[in-house]
Amino acid sequence: MTTPVLSIRNLSVEIPTRQGILKPVDRVSYDIAAGEILGVVGESGAGKSMAGNAVIGLLNRPAHIAGGEIRLNGARIDPLEGEEMRRMRGKEIGMIFQDPLTSLNPLLTIGDQLTETMLTHLPIGRKEAEKRAVAALDEVGIPGAKERIDSYPHEFSGGMRQRVVIALALCAEPSLVIADEPTTALDVSVQAQIIALLKRLCRERGTAVMLITHDMGVIAEAADRVAVMYAGRLAELGPVREVLTEPRHPYTHGLMASTPLASQGQTRLHQIPGSMPKLNYMPDGCAFHPRCPRAADKCRTAPAPTLTDGRAACWFPMVTEAAE
Amino acid sequence: MLAFVIRRVGQSILVLLIVGLVAFSMFRFVGDPIDNMLGQERTIEDVERLRAQLGLDQPFPVQYFRFLEGAIQGNFGVSYRQGREVSEILLERAPATLELAFVSGVLAIAIGIMLGVFTAIRRNGATAHIIMAASLIGVSLPTFLIGILLIYLFSVELGWLPSFGRGETVSIGDWWTTGFLTESGRKALILPAITLGLYQMTLIMRLVRSEMLEVLRQDYIRFARARGLKERAVNFHHALKNTMVPVVTVIGLQLGAIIAFAIITETVFQWPGVGLLFINAIQFVDIPVMAAYLMLISVMFVGINLLVDILYVFIDPRLRVDRTGGHS
Repeated sequence: MTTPVLSIRNLSVEIPTRQGILKPVDRVSYDIAAGEILGVVGESGAGKSMAGNAVIGLLNRPAHIAGGEIRLNGARIDPLEGEEMRRMRGKEIGMIFQDPLTSLNPLLTIGDQLTETMLTHLPIGRKEAEKRAVAALDEVGIPGAKERIDSYPHEFSGGMRQRVVIALALCAEPSLVIADEPTTALDVSVQAQIIALLKRLCRERGTAVMLITHDMGVIAEAADRVAVMYAGRLAELGPVREVLTEPRHPYTHGLMASTPLASQGQTRLHQIPGSMPKLNYMPDGCAFHPRCPRAADKCRTAPAPTLTDGRAACWFPMVTEAAE
Repeated sequence: MLAFVIRRVGQSILVLLIVGLVAFSMFRFVGDPIDNMLGQERTIEDVERLRAQLGLDQPFPVQYFRFLEGAIQGNFGVSYRQGREVSEILLERAPATLELAFVSGVLAIAIGIMLGVFTAIRRNGATAHIIMAASLIGVSLPTFLIGILLIYLFSVELGWLPSFGRGETVSIGDWWTTGFLTESGRKALILPAITLGLYQMTLIMRLVRSEMLEVLRQDYIRFARARGLKERAVNFHHALKNTMVPVVTVIGLQLGAIIAFAIITETVFQWPGVGLLFINAIQFVDIPVMAAYLMLISVMFVGINLLVDILYVFIDPRLRVDRTGGHS
């Protein structure tokens, strides 16, 4: 088997506070292969973005990587700091943010922002960078790229700006792209276009994508595999079809039942009772047990098994008859 | 863009007209100039003749119009005290004040921005904390006290720099005199320039710092970092430019304030500028000088603000309203 582009093993992120050490990411492991899109889903605060920020080395102090390994194309990147990590960002790992309205510098033309990024990472001259900037805008589907290169961000609509953001994240041809809720701030009609664009570009270039979202629809549309996170832990990991149709972790099951999918024709949506525990108030045993319909005594005392092999981090995974 | 400039110029003229009205009212309501000019032994005929001669028997709007007419041509009448043309006196004093204001303005802006950026980037460093604490002194000490302390330290105790006056000056052209070209002139400039600029410097520094901290929290700075741009480029190309938009306004206002507040510094250092002239004019109720000074300061304030508004458009592309393009 070839080396995955991104390989995370037992990654933990800790935030020391006065109340004690919080663990927004707790022993998470997953791989992403070249050209593969891994969807990372979970509620707000489940640690999905925090894991992404840890990979690109942009954790806000005092949050820091407390354990585990991050490998990019086989080489460890978690111990890198300062200048070495800066060289990785943009060049090896690109990142797309949630809100295209605020992620572009309002005072610089998009051409400036593109060429600056390329000149930082690629051994090319200004002329060549300008030529590539036009090509990059063309590739993300901005009409009249040649004329639009000198426009400022406020002269574009939200969807167009997100295309510019994607062009910026990809312009130095990174092998991994972390897309943190790339469609959440966009109109529904534009969301599908942006997802399709991201999918096409990554397939063409063989870029690995970590697609962080809370939208199951986006996952179903774009992802090859999906990682479900709950309270900092990985709850379930597997190919998208299997996880969505035959979830094994009770949390994934609840998540699916509460997602409006036209195909299911349900009239009332399911609700998972309760809410995700706060990081400073984690229950003993499995973090999900207070909300879990299948919880047994073991779940209340023993922490859920760490997901290494198999699909769900659960003592009593749900197994449908059809699958077994 | 052109419409914007025309509108702003129109507003500026309106402001100047109102200030002109206030300046003109002084002639009417702050004592009777005839009393001052004729003294104790006068006849009613003398008073009437002089009143007619000065045009003071005309109705109020006519007088105001004549005042404006004169003001536009730079003619503010004759100083009651010195018996010379007010414009001539102002012109003679203006270079001293302008040179002082220029040097302290440049000092305040350059050092203020540098320190502001430094304390924002290294906000947890010991040096930044020391600078921030020291800046409180600059903000809270009154100008005259700073001037007196500086005189005490550098003139009285150390004897390095002169405590008053402008030193030797050199004439350039018909009316401009400069202290930049002689050593004594440059030495004499140091203490007043620091005194006048210190408050503005700390103000600009604290403003730049807080704006910069705000900008550094923005998503586009995070995105610039995530693209692996060099720390230098992120701080100076991406963050500082955004910081400057609000800072430029305040700097503009402060430049006006530097010229206006030069009164105190000029008094402390006996600097022969228009501020000192104004203080002396108040003591002698020399209304033409006071009125002219008021007009001069307001022209500068309004002019600087107009410039700042136009400068905005160059910094912030979002204000270039009539630019074409943009499917928003």
